[in-house]
Amino acid sequence: MIIGLDVGGTHTDAVLVGKDGILRSAKVTTNPDRLFESVWGALEEVLGDMAPERMVRVVLSTTLTTNAIAEGKLQRAGMIVSSGPGVDPEFYRTGPDYFTVSGSIDHRGREVQPVDRLEIEAISSRLHSQGIRCIGVVGKFSVRNPAHELQICELLDHSFDYVVPGHRLSGNLSFPRRIATAYLNASVYTVHRQFFEAVRESLKIKGLVVPIYVLKADGGTMSLETSLANPGQSILSGPAASVMGSLPFASREEETLVLDIGGTTTDMAVLIRGTPLLDPLGIEIGGYKTLIRSLKTRSIGLGGDSCVRVVQGKLTLGPDRKGPAMAHGGPAPTPTDALFVLGKIQDGNVDAAKAGIESIAQALGVSPLEAARRIFDQACESILETAARMIGEINDKPVYTVHEVLEGHTVKPTEILVLGGPAPHFAQRLVTLTDFRVRIVPNWQVANAAGAALARPTSEVTLFVDTERGIALAPEEGFSQSVKRDFGMDAARELALRLLQRKHRREGSCDVEPEMEVIEQSQFNMVRQFHTSGRNIRVKVQVKPGILTDYGGFSQRG
Amino acid sequence: MLSATWKTGLVFFPAFDWAISPTHPEREERLLYTQDQVLEEGLLDIEGIVELKPDLATLEDIRRVHFCHPDERSVVTESHLISAGGALKIGTEVLEGNIHRGFALVRPPGHHAMRVVHGARGFCNINIEAIMIERLRESYGIDRVAIVDTDCHHGDGTQNIYWHDPDTLFISIHQDGRTLYPGSGFTDEMGGPAALGMTVNIPLPPRTSEEGFLYVLEKAIVPILDDFHPQLIVNSAGQDNHYSDPITNMSFSAQGYAEFTRRLQPHIAVLEGGYSIEGALPYVNVGIILALAGMDFRMVREPDYSPERIRQSRDTSQYIQKVVEVVMESWSSASRVRALNRDKGGFAERDLRIFYDTSGILEAQSETLRVCASCSGALRIDSRTDQGSRILAVHIPRKACSLCREQGYAWFDSGKGGKYNSIYLQDRTEDRYFVKRK
Repeated sequence: MIIGLDVGGTHTDAVLVGKDGILRSAKVTTNPDRLFESVWGALEEVLGDMAPERMVRVVLSTTLTTNAIAEGKLQRAGMIVSSGPGVDPEFYRTGPDYFTVSGSIDHRGREVQPVDRLEIEAISSRLHSQGIRCIGVVGKFSVRNPAHELQICELLDHSFDYVVPGHRLSGNLSFPRRIATAYLNASVYTVHRQFFEAVRESLKIKGLVVPIYVLKADGGTMSLETSLANPGQSILSGPAASVMGSLPFASREEETLVLDIGGTTTDMAVLIRGTPLLDPLGIEIGGYKTLIRSLKTRSIGLGGDSCVRVVQGKLTLGPDRKGPAMAHGGPAPTPTDALFVLGKIQDGNVDAAKAGIESIAQALGVSPLEAARRIFDQACESILETAARMIGEINDKPVYTVHEVLEGHTVKPTEILVLGGPAPHFAQRLVTLTDFRVRIVPNWQVANAAGAALARPTSEVTLFVDTERGIALAPEEGFSQSVKRDFGMDAARELALRLLQRKHRREGSCDVEPEMEVIEQSQFNMVRQFHTSGRNIRVKVQVKPGILTDYGGFSQRG
Repeated sequence: MLSATWKTGLVFFPAFDWAISPTHPEREERLLYTQDQVLEEGLLDIEGIVELKPDLATLEDIRRVHFCHPDERSVVTESHLISAGGALKIGTEVLEGNIHRGFALVRPPGHHAMRVVHGARGFCNINIEAIMIERLRESYGIDRVAIVDTDCHHGDGTQNIYWHDPDTLFISIHQDGRTLYPGSGFTDEMGGPAALGMTVNIPLPPRTSEEGFLYVLEKAIVPILDDFHPQLIVNSAGQDNHYSDPITNMSFSAQGYAEFTRRLQPHIAVLEGGYSIEGALPYVNVGIILALAGMDFRMVREPDYSPERIRQSRDTSQYIQKVVEVVMESWSSASRVRALNRDKGGFAERDLRIFYDTSGILEAQSETLRVCASCSGALRIDSRTDQGSRILAVHIPRKACSLCREQGYAWFDSGKGGKYNSIYLQDRTEDRYFVKRK
């Protein structure tokens, strides 16, 4: 049996999943200031008197790191940045503990200017004396040649808790994003570590000594140990949990729009024939643009508990949540209250809901029933508009070859899968507002937690080969090897897949033969003085997000 | 947060699956390192810099500018349509007001493609700037356009297309034609009789560096643009003036290009040549993008950049001063001569010999212009090649008077099929194109 847990803005959901499906579920109110209590409460409730030895693993998706960033509660972290020519690296300053240093690597990975040893040692002792414990080290083009980043790490005082070189976090290009990614990892490291060590200890006390996995933003899982080296991957795992929970029910032939309608927000994502679409760049959060691999999701501040107002005669919904619906004792009218007025929900204080909607109706000069209808319709329409914009942006993504322009695939979902608390009510209305086929994810209230429980590990490896320089490099893996002139695409692909399999195992996968795929490959002849002097090969391989298949009871189509 | 002063659109189309031949300078690898540099610098994440998807230019777009023989499909590949479509996208977005400025970082290039196209010249098949400009004139009704061609090679294709157009100012700065392909672009090439002065050629001596380029900009290009009052400034942004370019002999730098762009302030830049794919293009393009966006580019420089090493000699500076004097004298006297020519009327003729170095075709043209006081005049081109084709092409300009229009149709109607493989008519007053084939 597996325990899956997903912390949301409003509720923390947990499920116990066995071979026959969801055995138990729990829903507790999230207390963002005492997150551990919410997590522990849901875990205890779902575990109940179940024998601990029957558990095989626990998968957690928390808002711990996400909230730390969103609320600006980041721990002080030192940044050492070597840029060389280009955009002034001062623009990417992360705070007072940000140092730009000498040293430069060019786009081929060749050294232009060496690292200055004395400069680094001086910064190291300064950071140390300031009590800073976590440090990010980032160089421009370090994914083409990590030597400088490694050299700087080596020169730093060895007593720091966490020193992360940027090239280990992603194989993708983008110096500013590499800086942001390293910074976020360094500044959430301690809070992440403390939280998960507490979880591990508490589970141990309960007799649960099982592998703990952390859900990542790309819909995959990683072992707790892996997460300690790369805590940034746990940022924004919430939307991924919902997407993974909807996956078993999505069409295998067509494209699907997933809507997770929660209390505070609605998260949306696109599935292509049952596989979630990944963001080509990485998470953007709290003003940081990163290289953290993620599912392509979009979130709007509109959910069942969003605050409803009339501003200058116009109805507005969200983006804030003041509390639960008035029908559930909250302070302000919400779309959920509108559902009460429309008679779609009964289990609450209907009079309180009516009173709330009445005030909106008066401001609009319409009947309460009409006001409720408008609130509900506007909620549905806003969600659909945001989804349409997201799909438009996916289709507007530029491509770089003649073939891609001419054969360009257009994403055009034909079905909507809805989950989250008010899912059935919204689904009913969406049917009449769109041409999509609309379906509700079974166990819609806790499908997100089930998604966390059943998510499989994911991995990605980027391989870069330059036969003129005679090198093959997989920066995330800290791998480099010299290659001969005749090293070709086939060998590159094979090497990349081998590295991926190794990484996948190390990060906690038990799959003997994981489903690996090549997602990008390009090869360029390098020509100098009219002769081919080498080959430039780029390969990206992944284990894509997926669901454990041996828990069949859950994935029966609803 | 890092943000652009001017909202800037980029179309990046490196055509990673198109080459003239595997080892040709115009090959897949050309923009690879530029792409790496642009991505690594994170330019596409900057607030106010947006990456746009290229449109696909249509055959109608080509027919507004060119006479392609035997037809468009025979001389153009899909990548040309995308490359021209990239420029089109930038132009459209600028005129729609969605962006202030834009840069089409596209290949293949186009500024050696002339009005008549029998094949490829100087790596170019169709003129992507002209295709963009004529579509923008058609769709948005703009009139006065200036093209500043900063490629190291003379933009002889663009010059040919706008030779008789008084509403298009074409300025080309390039390495002196006595020392470089295509061997043209001297100061006395100033445009046809009815558009005299609207073609401005500024040939520069080998080893001209930043100082020389910026001098020409300040003393010639900016004053001429001020006189002309263009509604749109297009920069054919070739990058082969760079000190490391393998097929030219100039001494320009990334800092120089960026500063030049900052001062020129083009609405639209379109990539042309530039074959120092590792040492120049990555840095030059980053510099141009930052300059277009109105951002700080002071730290953008090549790893081996040394201003002292590439500084031009005193002789070079003095020579450039003289060239600029000649150019400015011609510019100030041209409008008077142009008016006299147009009042005089009649028919003007010229013969051209055009070599298609990339396709290996030699073409001979006889051109006849109806010099007209009220419009830029109907144009008749009789073209034959050493491959045995002969065509008649008639161009009726955008703002043609009724007499010139009648003249154009008369030329088209009287063309005898026996002599010509094809007879073409481009009627820009109604945006129509006709072909009669043997």
